[in-house]
Amino acid sequence: MSGLSTYEPKSGLTRWLDKRLPIIRLAHDSFVAYPTPRNLNYFWTFGAMLSLCLVVQIVTGIVLAMHYTPHVDHAFASVQRIDRDVPFGWLIQNIHSVGASMFFLAVYIHMFRGLYYGSYKAPREVLWILGCIIYLLMVVTGFLGYTLPWGQMSFWGATVITNILGAVPFVGESIQVWIRGGGSIDQPTLSRFFSLHYLLPFVIAGVVALHVWALHEAGQNNPAGVDVKSKADTVPFTPYATIKDLFAVILFVILFATFVFFMPNALGHADNYIPANPLQTPPEIVPEWYLLPFYAILRAFDFNIGPIDSKLAGVIGMFASIAVLFVLPWIDTSRVRSMRYRPIARQFFLIFVVACLILGWCGGQNPGLILAKPADFSATLTWVSGGEVRSEQFTAPSEGEYEEFAQAQRDRLAEQGATMTSITRENARTATITGVFGGTQSTETVTGATPDAMEEAITHAKEEVGSGAAFFSVERRSPYTFTVTTLSQIATFYYFFFFLVLLPLLGLREKPGRVPDTIAKPVLTEQGAA
Amino acid sequence: MLRALTAAAAAAIAIVGVAFAAAEAEHPQDYPFSFDSPVGNYDMAAVQRGFQVYNQVCAACHAMEHLSYRHLGEEGGPFALYRVRDHETGEMTMQIGKPEHGGTFVDVVDNPYVRAIAEEAIISDIDPNSGQLTDRPGRISDRFRQPFPNEIAARASNGGAYPVDLSVITAARHGGADYIRSLLMGYSGEVNGTLYENRYFPGGWLAMPAPLGEGVVAYNDPEVPQTVEQYATDVAYFLQWASDPHMEERKRMGIVVLAFLVVLAGLMYLAYKQVWRGESH
Repeated sequence: MSGLSTYEPKSGLTRWLDKRLPIIRLAHDSFVAYPTPRNLNYFWTFGAMLSLCLVVQIVTGIVLAMHYTPHVDHAFASVQRIDRDVPFGWLIQNIHSVGASMFFLAVYIHMFRGLYYGSYKAPREVLWILGCIIYLLMVVTGFLGYTLPWGQMSFWGATVITNILGAVPFVGESIQVWIRGGGSIDQPTLSRFFSLHYLLPFVIAGVVALHVWALHEAGQNNPAGVDVKSKADTVPFTPYATIKDLFAVILFVILFATFVFFMPNALGHADNYIPANPLQTPPEIVPEWYLLPFYAILRAFDFNIGPIDSKLAGVIGMFASIAVLFVLPWIDTSRVRSMRYRPIARQFFLIFVVACLILGWCGGQNPGLILAKPADFSATLTWVSGGEVRSEQFTAPSEGEYEEFAQAQRDRLAEQGATMTSITRENARTATITGVFGGTQSTETVTGATPDAMEEAITHAKEEVGSGAAFFSVERRSPYTFTVTTLSQIATFYYFFFFLVLLPLLGLREKPGRVPDTIAKPVLTEQGAA
Repeated sequence: MLRALTAAAAAAIAIVGVAFAAAEAEHPQDYPFSFDSPVGNYDMAAVQRGFQVYNQVCAACHAMEHLSYRHLGEEGGPFALYRVRDHETGEMTMQIGKPEHGGTFVDVVDNPYVRAIAEEAIISDIDPNSGQLTDRPGRISDRFRQPFPNEIAARASNGGAYPVDLSVITAARHGGADYIRSLLMGYSGEVNGTLYENRYFPGGWLAMPAPLGEGVVAYNDPEVPQTVEQYATDVAYFLQWASDPHMEERKRMGIVVLAFLVVLAGLMYLAYKQVWRGESH
């Protein structure tokens, strides 16, 4: 909070400096005397962790860039060289790759914290939007960085993501070529991705400075969501917040170190240890875990919406899911910040968190994977064994009359006593009709858990009958299937429903719980009661 | 109520997810490798034997382009040499592998074992005097000898199939060393043209014929059985080491780092309690 500065330079040198560049005063007011709400919980320590992550990523990244070669023929080998031969290269590389995951883990908790406690509401709208920009930059930086090791997942992930941009109407293809530096992912892509991956973290650092500035202007929100009213509500940042942040950061570093030293590859994909091969598509293409929810939203749109085809709809959905965060301060109509005092909104918020987790899970699965179905796939085979087989060719008078004419041919053979008929169409007007006369008709029903299994069962059944039958008539029945795509459609629907319908309406309809008058009041009474 | 519904939905999804996990190939056998646990090291005798199997069998087709002979004798490598002082006689002796305690690491340049391994390989190089291609014995700075000059030659010699590079193979396959070991033992003996049935391979048929057989590699240690299972286990050890040569150092350092951090977290917690003592929050 801006207010009168309490900084008093103690020595001659600091007095001299304070008149010329009050940088110590700035640091003192921002990180020492800065008044912090006394009721902050551990969710308010993630800012410190995120600052640490940014510094760690930049420092390790600069060292890695000294050893890395951004060339399609050498990138994979240079990462291997870092892991094997550069002194402590294995450590630096592990910290950098695990660090990206830890960065996103912390930022997601930080964002959910903001959503739950209403940290985006006035007067913190700009603070929130700056945070959204940082997140967007992080997503881009993370994606660019994942391309650099030039493994199979790097290459194909980059192919899929840049393909997405091609869905944009009119300019999509031009943008795609511009970003790739050519028609496909190749050397120009790697060069520019490396250059941008080096640049963007410093842009992030700049926006972080603005984010912290905005934070210090508006003051921190707090779990009660009420404004700071007096000095009794706050404690000075140092030592109170500093020591609590430090403790939480060390717990975070313990988790970080556990991954770095004991499971450095647990968060990555095995395929990225296969060098990129443009001629061989991997069996599954998945982004890093932290982008899976958006990948699921992208793939949830497997249907056209009017003139918008499914691909473009997916792209719009994916970008809208982030864009909606930018306007959140104005769509949430509730004047109560903290969901502690919003009994109904809180429950919907918990479902929202689950929906996000479900989207993350869906993003990593095969979209066609069947989760549940009322019955197996089944098919009925009908054939005639024995009997006399007769074939003849016929020509319909015109293409339009073909169906009618074919049916007439069937009826004719049936009248002559055919047990079964089959027609093989040769072109628009001519076809061969085969009829079996006499013999015994049999049927068999086969089932399978998947369409493939059913086809296998059909082939098997046909083989068993063998040449005893001239031909088979097969009727396939597919049950309704609940697939990963269906699940992600439900979760995607809820994602947007939460922001666009629930938050605007709940704010008008919900009766909030009693919000305390000051921060100090509930804190001090609770302490007194205990 | 909503919360209960949410929990039920999450549980249902978790169960369904497990039940429908796609199973294409058979899951690899879980073998108790010495490096499995968070503190487990490599069984270096097995890594050495595994190198012997690679060198005498796999290397005929599979390259390991990211490894050099010197890697074998660097600290943490299977042929790292140590100078050890005998407690009773005071004599200095040389020993392959890190001794229980003490011992000074001998730089790989002075490691006769690694030098001998490298010199056995015939490396194609440019003659420094004539500029023509020539063969020479390997040096420790050489990369592992590549069996084929390029991918086309490799495919031509293997019925169109490309024998993959094995440098990081255990990291590049789901199941890691367990998968490699199972795959090498998983041949049924069925042959279909140029494909061989293997229940651990995705799709069930692969172009590589069963590479190992009883007694194909002669081990020096008479105690170690010369069976397909033993060869497969040993070569899986070697390939795991090749993928992750700094694992022992990494885990050792990890223990120290975690111990330090846990103590630091304890101190920080006490400091936090001390600072906030008397402040309600």
